[in-house]
Amino acid sequence: MEKNKFDIITIGGSAGSIGVALILLKSLPEHFQIPIVLIIHRMKNITSQLNKLLAKELGIKEVVEPEDKEPIRAGIIYLAAQNYHLLVEQGNTFSLDYSEPVNFSRPSIDVSFESIARVYKHKTLAILLSGANKDGAAGLGRVIGEGGTAIVQSPETAEYPAMPKAAIDINPSVLIQSPEQTVHYLLNQITT
Amino acid sequence: MDENNSIHIKELDEILQMLLHRYGYDFSNYTKASLLRRVNRFAKETDSATAYDLKYKLLNSEPIFQLFLQEVTVNVTELFRDPAYYKSLREKVLPVLASYPIIKIWHAGCSTGEEVFSMCIMLHEAGLLKRARIYATDINPANLEKARSGIIPLAHMKEYTTNYLKSGGKNDFADYYSARYDHAIINEELRSQVIFSQHNLVSDNVFNEFQFISCRNVMIYFDKQLQDRVLQLFYDSLSSLGFLTLGLKETLLFSVVKDKFNNIHKTTKIYRRKD
Repeated sequence: MEKNKFDIITIGGSAGSIGVALILLKSLPEHFQIPIVLIIHRMKNITSQLNKLLAKELGIKEVVEPEDKEPIRAGIIYLAAQNYHLLVEQGNTFSLDYSEPVNFSRPSIDVSFESIARVYKHKTLAILLSGANKDGAAGLGRVIGEGGTAIVQSPETAEYPAMPKAAIDINPSVLIQSPEQTVHYLLNQITT
Repeated sequence: MDENNSIHIKELDEILQMLLHRYGYDFSNYTKASLLRRVNRFAKETDSATAYDLKYKLLNSEPIFQLFLQEVTVNVTELFRDPAYYKSLREKVLPVLASYPIIKIWHAGCSTGEEVFSMCIMLHEAGLLKRARIYATDINPANLEKARSGIIPLAHMKEYTTNYLKSGGKNDFADYYSARYDHAIINEELRSQVIFSQHNLVSDNVFNEFQFISCRNVMIYFDKQLQDRVLQLFYDSLSSLGFLTLGLKETLLFSVVKDKFNNIHKTTKIYRRKD
């Protein structure tokens, strides 16, 4: 098997996604050697402690909300901050963007997926989970267009199937997996 | 390749070169990911199918360039955005500024003025407004024109009022503006100490000395090299022990001036010149 098939994993989710994201993250080997970037929709004006909550659930020191121009490091779980779009630049740093919401969302999963795919190309693994809108669908299209791998949570396993369905509709070549299948997939692809 | 992204990074560079020569605006040190996204959106809105198409339009029509400027520089702003930030200003910065006979303030990248108006309200409540001289600058003349009018859309006023209260505001927020139809105008008295003028952080230099500079969520659109230039400009524009405030997810940590400032309030990104 090829070592480190992916250089980055990005996971997008909205309503009903946090539990599934935790299942996936808990399945990772202890010393995974790639960065993981979570884009989870949250309320705009209520300060959320999701990064702390995730870190506690995962039993790790921290889940990092990246600041502008922060270098992207392997082995770190990043969570897109509230109220900014999260992008990546050539040279592997994060950058932030406060322009209009996309799909009523900021952070928008589309914006992050497209930007990550542009930099990481075929070394991108993007996973789209439960949600009630259509954010992420176009972004997964971009991931596939750049030669990366796109996984969508199977709608029947999603608490809110609209987002997975929207992505499957416009991207016939996505892998449709239950969370258990994705866990299995990750274990086969991620080396430490 | 999906049709939403007809322009690629190489073509973007060519467009930026052309704009620099034709109009004197230099976007070459803006962050590429974010700029490319907005340029593609603009191409779509102007029915420009290819980069050549867009370049042709921009080269031959100044009004289209003005529209471009409006679209690709981000002009999203709010009154009392990030209430926690304003709360820290009230508690940690205004009491210090109160010790100066004339308080000189620079809002760099002020967009349509909402953050400036928020600051004016805070200075007013602290009894400092009359002593304040506020310079508010932006790259974009259309923004400045809006800002000078003091008119803001009424649509989000409920949210702004909540923000104001969360920031520790104790007054009736509605006393600070008059609403008419779908707009509100900020009381003229509150705006009386503000001078709006054009200034381009990419190419312009120090023009005064300030005790307080606010530049929130502007430099996120700049690459590291340009950020360093602008931060040096701010350092040179601040008086000794002057304040610099950034957006909540901005940091001096990765910049050339990181050792020249203390972070006096970590989560709200209020920095103070060390010397």
